[in-house]
Amino acid sequence: MTTMVEINNLRKAFGSIVAVDGVSFTVGKGEVVGFLGPNGAGKSTTMKMITGFLTATSGTVRVCGHDVQDDALAAKTRIGYLPEGAPAYHDMTPASFLTFIGEMRGKRGDALKRTISETVEKVNLQSVLDQPIETLSKGFKRRVGLAQAILHDPEVLVLDEPTDGLDPNQKHEVRTLIRAMAQEKAIILSTHILEEVHAVCSRAMIIAKGKVVSDGTPAELEGQAPTHNTVLITVSGVEPTLAHDRLMMVKGVKKIEEQGKDGDRVRLRIYSDDGQWILPVIGQAAREQGWEVQELYQDRGQLDDVFRLLTTPQQALS
Amino acid sequence: MERIRVIFKRELAGYFATPIAAVFIVIFLMLSGAFTFYLGNYFVRGQADLVPFFDFHPWLYLVLIPALAMRLWAEERRSGTIELLLTLPVTMWEAVVGKFLAAWCFTGVALLLTFPMWITVNLLGEPDNGVIFASYIGSLLMAGGFLAIGSCISALTKNQVIAFVVSVVICLGFILSGFPLVLELFSGWAPQFLLSAISSFSFLTHFQSISKGVLDLRDILYFLSLIAFWLFATATVIDMKKAE
Repeated sequence: MTTMVEINNLRKAFGSIVAVDGVSFTVGKGEVVGFLGPNGAGKSTTMKMITGFLTATSGTVRVCGHDVQDDALAAKTRIGYLPEGAPAYHDMTPASFLTFIGEMRGKRGDALKRTISETVEKVNLQSVLDQPIETLSKGFKRRVGLAQAILHDPEVLVLDEPTDGLDPNQKHEVRTLIRAMAQEKAIILSTHILEEVHAVCSRAMIIAKGKVVSDGTPAELEGQAPTHNTVLITVSGVEPTLAHDRLMMVKGVKKIEEQGKDGDRVRLRIYSDDGQWILPVIGQAAREQGWEVQELYQDRGQLDDVFRLLTTPQQALS
Repeated sequence: MERIRVIFKRELAGYFATPIAAVFIVIFLMLSGAFTFYLGNYFVRGQADLVPFFDFHPWLYLVLIPALAMRLWAEERRSGTIELLLTLPVTMWEAVVGKFLAAWCFTGVALLLTFPMWITVNLLGEPDNGVIFASYIGSLLMAGGFLAIGSCISALTKNQVIAFVVSVVICLGFILSGFPLVLELFSGWAPQFLLSAISSFSFLTHFQSISKGVLDLRDILYFLSLIAFWLFATATVIDMKKAE
């Protein structure tokens, strides 16, 4: 895998406040890295340093081998960037705005026209090309921002909350677009939406208080959830306490939590020792007891739980 | 250079895409006419020159140019487009110069549209057209000086009103720095060389010497180096404040 972005011990301090504190990672071609983290965790600041907008207090960023500070122009030509909130010149139309961006990127004449029409098609902007950007809906504005970021077919794409404010259909479109480009590029995106990590990212990075607290595939992250590989069972026709006692006797079961009662239905969450695979034995035990099993499945764990666990100090301690 | 041209083109088109261009040009032409004919007693003087016209330019610019300059960078910062602009493959000085040149060219257009004044004076008498030409050059240079100051102040804040008010005050200081109002603040404690340095910073002195018809290199250099200094300051301020 070719390394496209190389970040080494990146640090940014605003006065006494340290926004980014020693972040290091690399992103290779074909990877889609999702930045997760609470507001103010340093996601945007990190992205602003990767794109060369902010100067790091210390540490280095190299994009395709070019240092973003010492060799800024070479690095910037290889990056496409969608800043937070998708800013654009509001008195321009998408057509004139994209022409401006294309010219700044060194494209002229027919090549410029072709690039713009291809990009416009990719992000579905045809219908609003000649309307002032300030009159466009939020979804269209976001797509204009995305269009300017991918206009020059950059090797590295940095997207700060690309789907923020879009409706579910638009989100789906943008994610499809990102997935389609992923093969040829290194993509870094930030998001608040954890389902997005599953939908587009090959790797998720949780950032809290300026530090990377977790870095792995979405599945690996889920593995850190307290409920990872727990079994959920819903049975009817049995007293909760009885069900609890019987199931505790099954080999490998560590702990059982009652999740709620609905009429004569009981819902239980069963934790195993060391995350063992206990689904079949639980099912067997229930059948042997003659309970009516309404529901039985293994929980992969919720990214939300991992997110909270890693980004709130109190819970991390307990 | 090519990227300066692209930024210049976008900025200039921006003035004409919004009502700014129309409002600015109309007000500029109306005020310069009104000042010349009513306050300047253009007809009563019975002289074929444009002295009353150019005499009011510093005061006209004092209000109009900061109004034009206040949005240069404050608007980019407020709308977040500064992040977009500066992450394009462009250097800071290209961005600063491109935007400045567009604003300067725009004031040049406004100034050019006062040509009926020049025609009128030629119809009425036989003015020294060399002096008038020099005065136009001087006026344009002075406008550039005001704009460069405004550009720097605009980079300091997201708030355009603050940018306007502060620019007006600083520009006023530059107009008046040869006048007792400013000099008396310094006389008494400042050494003589500082006093003469301050008074030599006056826009009025340099502009008036050009509008006598003498395109002295020193006056031209004064305005050009003033512009260069304030544009350099603009770039520095943007660099310092872009994180906010």
